[in-house]
Amino acid sequence: MSRLALSDFALVTCLGAGRAETIAALRAGRSGLAPCHFDTLPLDAYAGEIPGLEALPLSGEWAKFDCRNHRLAALALAQDGFMDTVAAARARYGAARIGVFVGTSTSGILQTEAAYRHRCPDGALPPSFDYARTHNTYALGHLVRDYLGLKGPAFAVSTACAATSKAFANAARMMAAGLCDAAIVGGADTLCATTLFGFHALGVIAEGPCRPFDIARNGISIGEAAGFVLLERPGVQHDASTVLLLGTGESSDAYHMSSPHPDGAGARRAMARALAAADLTPADIDYINLHGTATLAGDAAEDQAISSLFGNTVPCNSSKGFTGHTLGASGVVGAAFCALAIQHGFLPGSPHTKQIDPSFGSNYVADGRPARIDRAISNAFGFGGVNCSLVLGRAS
Amino acid sequence: MTRFYIEGVGLCGPGLEGWKASVPVLTGRVDYAPTPTAVPACALLPANERRRAPKTVKLALAVSTEACAGTGRDPAELPTIFTSSGGDGETINDILNTLASSQRELSPTKFHNSVHNAPAGYWSIATGAREASTSLCAHDDSFAAGLLEATAQMATMGQAVALITYDVPYPAPLYAARPVGAVFGVALVLSPAPSAASFARLELALRPGVGTPSSARPALEVLRQTTPAARSLPLLAALAGGTATDVTLDYLSDMVLNLNITPRPPAGWPELLT
Repeated sequence: MSRLALSDFALVTCLGAGRAETIAALRAGRSGLAPCHFDTLPLDAYAGEIPGLEALPLSGEWAKFDCRNHRLAALALAQDGFMDTVAAARARYGAARIGVFVGTSTSGILQTEAAYRHRCPDGALPPSFDYARTHNTYALGHLVRDYLGLKGPAFAVSTACAATSKAFANAARMMAAGLCDAAIVGGADTLCATTLFGFHALGVIAEGPCRPFDIARNGISIGEAAGFVLLERPGVQHDASTVLLLGTGESSDAYHMSSPHPDGAGARRAMARALAAADLTPADIDYINLHGTATLAGDAAEDQAISSLFGNTVPCNSSKGFTGHTLGASGVVGAAFCALAIQHGFLPGSPHTKQIDPSFGSNYVADGRPARIDRAISNAFGFGGVNCSLVLGRAS
Repeated sequence: MTRFYIEGVGLCGPGLEGWKASVPVLTGRVDYAPTPTAVPACALLPANERRRAPKTVKLALAVSTEACAGTGRDPAELPTIFTSSGGDGETINDILNTLASSQRELSPTKFHNSVHNAPAGYWSIATGAREASTSLCAHDDSFAAGLLEATAQMATMGQAVALITYDVPYPAPLYAARPVGAVFGVALVLSPAPSAASFARLELALRPGVGTPSSARPALEVLRQTTPAARSLPLLAALAGGTATDVTLDYLSDMVLNLNITPRPPAGWPELLT
């Protein structure tokens, strides 16, 4: 595929708001996970909660969109001058030539959970409930497109935990097909009872903080995050520090709705396709940001996929010990962490991972360290057996 | 402007029981008699799944199976694009009712069935499809969004794709907030180059600006206006009619998709012969 520039990116995770707070936490190895007080799970779960969203309601013309997911999205869009970069792109291309392709798994469902608890005497949802602008899966795309003043093609991608990774592939295709000249890619997922109790029902919420690739790993910690990227063709506005999207690769497991194929075949195929799209070989990759959610089966399958494609040479790890599993947002978080690793020459570690599973064959790095990283892969996999890998690299 | 071809259609809606059976209704040769949508049992699913699978899954698999039949293509080889205006409202409603109760224990199966890409996952497992699959939503314009993504995929990957769009109405209380009209599913097998199975050619253009969407036949217009997936009806009517025509689909209130539809010439596709 044609290379595309990540002209700018903005994100918020439990590590902090914006790039400076994020890279500082990554360098310090400081996890953002803490005991989960968001809801009342019947176990000692940890979560990657973002503090202060309660005090940031959307107001004015955006008030009808107000929900936790959109508060977090608006907070992310406000970071690091991202809105200014988008405004400049809008002036350059025209609003109708910039697409919006965002991912989310649960959109504003927290709002609907509250509406179900506060039903009218006749059983109806409260009149204030705004289905289209909060609950609907496209609500996030609607908000971001209007908030940024864009009028190009748009939709929400909702492929569970691979949603925001796959949005990069959607955007690359739309641009290559001439349907837009630039794109906003990314998305948001926020804490809600649906996912906390849903993953608990599956028996995959960890007691304590999640420990990716650890011999004693026992499940995920759920986090919340929003991240957005402006994708453009490389141009004069970019320089050597710009990170490029070099390739995307997608596949389906055709195996099980909520468990990965045990030998990681689908994950391997997604990575191989991303490498082929980037015209690279495994030896060209300096770092892999794994999906690595810290489930027994998921980590084992991904280790198989990595070992079979890369052997034990390429340093890899998961960032879920920093942020928790941010579900649909995990793809854009992984891409942003790869971009930061490339730009800052720092390979982040894997907090809470103490003893790497000795049966694993990949080169899992538990401690962060300075490292020159020219090209990195970010993995995201999801329910339904969807797999997506992105290859990112230094512009020069 | 992007050009592609239609090889197969699957259709399931109120009084629309399969593509072939619906052609006389879509062309107006037979009066439309809406009856509640009858979703056929899906032979692809194992017997126990056939009963307990969500309606969205059964609907999506029924239309995608019908669309693939007769194209000569192995469903396992087709990348898929699934779109829905709201996903599985019945499962979501069950989950929300449970979470609002004092016994907040969810069913693990319902939880994994609640994801927007559940039908895509079931289809992939049932057919052994290991190709890329995406699941999209653009509220009322989800069919148009899927068609646009299909266009982009064919233009850039050069491969045939299956586009599946479905809607199932929400139960109360969500129904009052979002009154989707009917159970409706449509699937199209599309290819970037003509084949022996291609029966129509489409040229798609994305145009900025507010436009007037094509309406369906008067008897079907209520269905088109109340059910997002049924916004495909003007395109389906044009395909059923077998004459060259233009169709306009709404997209995000400030754009439209213009579709120019050409039926296969009696002598076959000239671009296939050369």
